[in-house]
Amino acid sequence: MSLNRKYIPIVVTILLFIIMFVAGSFRYTGFFSLQVLMNLLIDNAFLLITAVGMSFVILSGGIDLSVGSMIALSTMVSASLVQQHGWPPVVVIPLVLLMGAAFGSGMGAIIHYFKIQPFIVTLAGMFMARGLCYVISIDTITIDNSFYTAVAQTKITLPGGSFISISAIIALIVAAVAIYTAHYTRFGRNVYALGGSEQSSLLMGLPVARTKIMVYTLSGLCSALAGVVFTFYMLSGYGLHAVGFELDTIAAVVIGGTLLTGGVGYVLGTFFGVLIQGVIQTIISFEGTLSSWWTKIVIGLLLFIFILLQRVLSARGSSLKR
Amino acid sequence: MSAQEPILQMTKIHKRFPGVKALCDVDLRLYPGEVHALMGENGAGKSTLIKVLTGVYSIDEGKVEMEGISISINSPLESQAAGISTVYQEVNLCPNLTVAENIFIGREPRRFGRILWKEMNRRAAEILSERLNVQIDVTEPLRMYSVAVQQLVAIARALDISAKVLILDEPTSSLDQNEVQQLFRIMRKLKQDGLAILFVTHFLDQMYEISDRVTILRNGEFVGEYMAKDLSRLDLVLKMIGKELSLLEDLPSLAEDYKDSFGEVMVKAENLSRKGAIEPFDLSIRKGEVVGLAGLLGSGRTEAARLFFGADKPDSGKLIFPGGSEGVHTPREAIKRRIAFCSENRKTEGIIGDLTVRENIILALQAKQGVFRTLSRKQQDEVAVEYIRMLNINPPNPDHLIKNLSGGNQQKVLLARWLLTAPQLFILDEPTRGIDIGAKAEIQKLVLSLSRQGMSFLFISSELEEVLRVSDRIVVLRDHCKVKEISDKDMNQQNIMQAIAGG
Amino acid sequence: MGKIYKHHLFWPLSVLAALLLFNLFYSPDFFSITMHDGHLYGSLIDILNFGAPLILVAIGMTLVVATKGIDLSVGSIVAISGAIACLTISKGADQNVMGLILTSVLIAVGLSLFLGAWNGLLVSVGGIQPIIATLILMVAGRGIAQLVTGGQIITVTSAKYAYLGSGSLATLPFSIFVVAAVLVIALLLTRKTALGLFIESVGCNPSASLMSGIRANGVILSVYVFCGLCAGIAGLLLSSNVSSADGNNAGLWYELDAILAVVIGGTSLNGGRFYLTGTVIGALIIQTLTTTIYMIGVPPEITLVVKAFVVLAVCLIQSDSFWAVFASRWKTRHYPGEKEGIHHVS
Repeated sequence: MSLNRKYIPIVVTILLFIIMFVAGSFRYTGFFSLQVLMNLLIDNAFLLITAVGMSFVILSGGIDLSVGSMIALSTMVSASLVQQHGWPPVVVIPLVLLMGAAFGSGMGAIIHYFKIQPFIVTLAGMFMARGLCYVISIDTITIDNSFYTAVAQTKITLPGGSFISISAIIALIVAAVAIYTAHYTRFGRNVYALGGSEQSSLLMGLPVARTKIMVYTLSGLCSALAGVVFTFYMLSGYGLHAVGFELDTIAAVVIGGTLLTGGVGYVLGTFFGVLIQGVIQTIISFEGTLSSWWTKIVIGLLLFIFILLQRVLSARGSSLKR
Repeated sequence: MSAQEPILQMTKIHKRFPGVKALCDVDLRLYPGEVHALMGENGAGKSTLIKVLTGVYSIDEGKVEMEGISISINSPLESQAAGISTVYQEVNLCPNLTVAENIFIGREPRRFGRILWKEMNRRAAEILSERLNVQIDVTEPLRMYSVAVQQLVAIARALDISAKVLILDEPTSSLDQNEVQQLFRIMRKLKQDGLAILFVTHFLDQMYEISDRVTILRNGEFVGEYMAKDLSRLDLVLKMIGKELSLLEDLPSLAEDYKDSFGEVMVKAENLSRKGAIEPFDLSIRKGEVVGLAGLLGSGRTEAARLFFGADKPDSGKLIFPGGSEGVHTPREAIKRRIAFCSENRKTEGIIGDLTVRENIILALQAKQGVFRTLSRKQQDEVAVEYIRMLNINPPNPDHLIKNLSGGNQQKVLLARWLLTAPQLFILDEPTRGIDIGAKAEIQKLVLSLSRQGMSFLFISSELEEVLRVSDRIVVLRDHCKVKEISDKDMNQQNIMQAIAGG
Repeated sequence: MGKIYKHHLFWPLSVLAALLLFNLFYSPDFFSITMHDGHLYGSLIDILNFGAPLILVAIGMTLVVATKGIDLSVGSIVAISGAIACLTISKGADQNVMGLILTSVLIAVGLSLFLGAWNGLLVSVGGIQPIIATLILMVAGRGIAQLVTGGQIITVTSAKYAYLGSGSLATLPFSIFVVAAVLVIALLLTRKTALGLFIESVGCNPSASLMSGIRANGVILSVYVFCGLCAGIAGLLLSSNVSSADGNNAGLWYELDAILAVVIGGTSLNGGRFYLTGTVIGALIIQTLTTTIYMIGVPPEITLVVKAFVVLAVCLIQSDSFWAVFASRWKTRHYPGEKEGIHHVS
C-alpha cells in the first residue's frame, strides 16, 4: 500500500528530524545520547508550548503575531508581581494565564466580528503587549523568589541517568493534551473544518464564532504559559525577552507540515518541527565553527521547501478534482 | 402518491432586498417520495428561495409549514433540525477533512467527549454503501475525490441528518453523463425511501428524466406548479422565458435580412471544446455579422463565447483567423487580434470598482498600448467625455467612481472600454441583464449600428426577443452542445424555442 | 469648504499638525533650526533625516500593498543591503576610493533587486500568498545579513560612504535628497505612466484586470522588485548614517512600521487606490511620534502601545463590518447571508 498522501508532509518532517539527529550522532561524539534529546525539550519547552497554540491558530486559517510579546509580557507581569509586590506565585501564575487567555480572546473577537485580517489585529496585539512590558518597567527584573528558583533548578532524573526539567514536562503535557484535543474533540475537528472552508463550516452549522475566538484564546493562553515557563528558564522579566519569537513559532509549525493556509496539519508535526529547530541549534553548537545565524538561514530554507512541497501537493490535489 | 399531504409547504413567500424584489408571492409544495424540480432562468429567484429555506436569508412575509406545523427558520442549523438538508452546487464541505468527517462533523459519535473514529468511519461507509451504493475509502480527505463523489458525500451528510427534505441545488452542472446517471439512480432510490427531493436544474432533459413535479419561477414570481408528465417541453420553455405561444408574434427584426454579402470570415472555430463546459463545435463569424447565441442558462453559450476570447483554455480545437493564423490562449492575445469581451459577470470580471469611470474606460486600450505609451490626462479626459456623451452615460462625470453607477451605466462604461480598442469582433455576454429598458434599447441600437459599420458581434442573451432583434444568424445551444443554426426566414421565436426545448 | 475633509491627505496631515503643535507647546524650541558650519540643525531636520529610511521602505511597501500584497521581508533586506555594502567597503585597501563606494552601492542595490524579484516570483508565478512568500525571506534574510557581517558589527571608516546618510547638501541632510529622488521617481512612474493605473486595477480586481489585457503577473513582480530596491537604498542610508552594519538589529520592525505608515497614509490593505504622499506623511507621523515621546521623557518603547491603538483604530475605520455591527445592533436575528452583506439575487 502506498503512503497516504495526507501523511507526506508529517512523514517528511519526522524523517528530517531522524536524519538530522543521526547525522549529528555520526559526526559529533557525545551527540548520540538521551540527554541531548532531553536537552532539546528542556531548551525548547516554551517554543513547544507556544507552537502548539500557534498550530491551532494556523490550522483554523489564521495567524498570531502576538505570541513573542505575550511571552515577554508574562515574564514581566510575573516578575513584577512576585518580586516588586510580593504576591505569591500560586496567585500570580493563574493570573498571568488568565491575562493571556483574555488578551487572546479579545483579539479573536475583533478578528471575527469586525472581519479584520488576523495579521493586522495580532500585529496590534504584538505592539500592545510589548509596549505594556515597558509600562511596567524598562529594565530587567530579576526573580529570586524561592518557588521560581526551585522550579528552575529541579531536575527530574530519568532511568538511564539523563534528566529533564519541570518545564519540559509541562510542555510535553501541553503537547499531549493538544494532540488529543485536535484529533478527538469536536472543538479540534471544528478548527480543521474552519481552516478548510469558513463558508462551508457556517453552512454545516458549526459554531464558527465560538471556534475562532477559542482558537485565539488558546493561543494567548499557551503563550502566557510559555511565558511562565520562560520565567522559570530565565528567572527574570524583561521587555526584550523573546523578540522575533513569533517567527520561530510560525516556522516550527510550518516545518511541522501544517499548511499556512489552514486546515491541514498535525500537532505532532509541530512537535517535530520544534525538535528540528532544536537539532539545528544543537548541531551548530556542536560544530563550534558554525555561527548561530546559520539556524535562521537553514530554517528559512526549510520554510521554503515545505511551502513549495505543500504548494505542489495541493496543486496536484486540485488537478485531480477536475 | 400525490394523494398525500405535502411534507413541506411554503405559501406566499415575499423577500425584498434593497432595491430588488427577489421573491414575490411564491408558493412551493414538496411531497414525500417525489422529485420536485425548481426551474427558472437567471434572476428568477431560485437561489433566493433555497437560501430562505435553508435559513441563510430571512423572509419578509409568508408561511413555511413542515408536516403541517408552521415553522420559522433562522439559521442553517435550524433548517437542518427541521429536517431540511441542502447540497449546494459548489459543494459546501471541507475538502481537507476525511469523507467520514464531512458526513459527521458537528455530530460525531462520542463517548465521554472523545470522538470515536472507528465508529464514525464504519457508519460513514455504511451510509454510503447502503443508501447510495458507493464504495469508497472514507478515511481519505474529501479533496482526493471528484466533484461527483463529493456531491454524493454531501448527500450522505444530508441523509444522516435525518433529512425529510433534500434540496439539490444544480447538482449536475459539473458532472459528466455517467456521473449524472449515477446521481439519478441514487435519487430514485431515495425517492422510494420516501424522501422529498427538491431538484434545481436548468437542464430540460434531466428535469424530464427524473422529476415528478415542477415549479417554475420567473423574475421572482411564481409562474405555476405542474406535473412534469403533463407539461410539454415547449410549454416549459415558454413559461420560463415568459411567453404564451398564442401571444408570440414576430417582432419586426431590426436586423435586415440575412445577406450573403457579409464580408470575409473574421474568425472560425473548428472543433472547439472544453470538458464539462461545451462539446466540440464549429462556428464562423463574418465581418459585420451579428451572431446570436441562444439557449437556456447553462446550455454552454457563455462557455463557448469565453473560448473565443481565451478567457478559458480549450481542450480541443482551434480558432482560425484570416490568413490562416491560429490560436488565442489568453485575453491579451485576443485583444491583439482585436477581439473584445464583455463578461456576464460585470462585478467580478468587468468593472474595477474603486477606479473612476475615466480609468475604467481607458483601461483596455492602455493595457494594449503598454505601460509607457501612456495616454495623457488630456487624451483620457477627451475620450472619456466623448464616450460618456456617445453612450449617454449618467452621471456624465468621468471622475465618478464606477461602483457608484447603476448597472446599466456600468455596462455602458464597459462597452466604452472595449469600443475604444476598436475591436473587429465584440463578444457581448448578457450585456443587458439587470439594466433598465432605456439603456437596453440603447445598447441594442449600438450593436446594430456598429455592425453595419463592419464590426462583428457574438451576442448572448437570455431574452429571446433581444437575440432575435439584433442577430443576423442565431446559434442554438442545448446541454453543452451546439444544436442548430438558424438564419434568414427561419428566424422566429417558435423555431428557436423548439430548438431550445429539443426532443 | 466641506470638501476638504474628504481629501485623502486631510486626516494624516491633521494628525501630523496636531503632533507638531503639541511639540510646539511642550517645548517651544522644537521648531528652532540653527545653522552650524553650513548645516542646518533642529528637531524638524532630525525627523526628516532619521525618518528617511522608513519613508523609503514605506514608499515601496505602498505599491505592494496596492496590489493586495504585503512584503514582510523589507526589514531583512534593509539589513542585508547595509551589510553587503559595508563588507565590500571594509575589504577595500583605501575606503575612500570613489570606485569602491560605487561598486559597493551597486552590489547592494543589485542584491536588493534580486531579493525583491525572488519575492515577486514566489507571489506572481508561484501563486503563494504574499504573507507566506515573504515570510521566507524575512526569516532567512536576517540570517543572511548576519552571515555577511559575520555576526559582528562591521564598521567602516569612509567619509564618502558616510556622506550618503549623514552628509549634507545645500545645508540639508543628503538623505532627504535621496528620499525626494525616489519619491519623485515613484510618482513619475506611477502617475505619468500607466503603471499606477495597472497596479490599482490589479489590486482592486485581478480577474477583471486580466480580462482587460493587463499582465497581472508582470505588474506584481515589478512592485516587489521596486519594494526590494527601496528597502535596499534604505539599508544603505541607515548603515551609512552610523558608518556600520549590524545584521541583527538594522531594519528591525521596519516591515511593521512601513505597513503602519502605508495604512495611516490612506492606502487600504485590501488593495486598490494608493497614496504615495499619504504614505510619506504616515511615515513622518511615526517618526515625529517617536521623537515626541523621546522628548517628553516617556520611555520610547511606549510608542508601541500608541502604535497598537493607531493600527487598530485605522483598521476598524476601514472595516465595513465594524460599521455594519453598529448598524445592525438592534436587529435581533442574524442571518449569515445577510450579515455578509450579500445582496445579489440570482
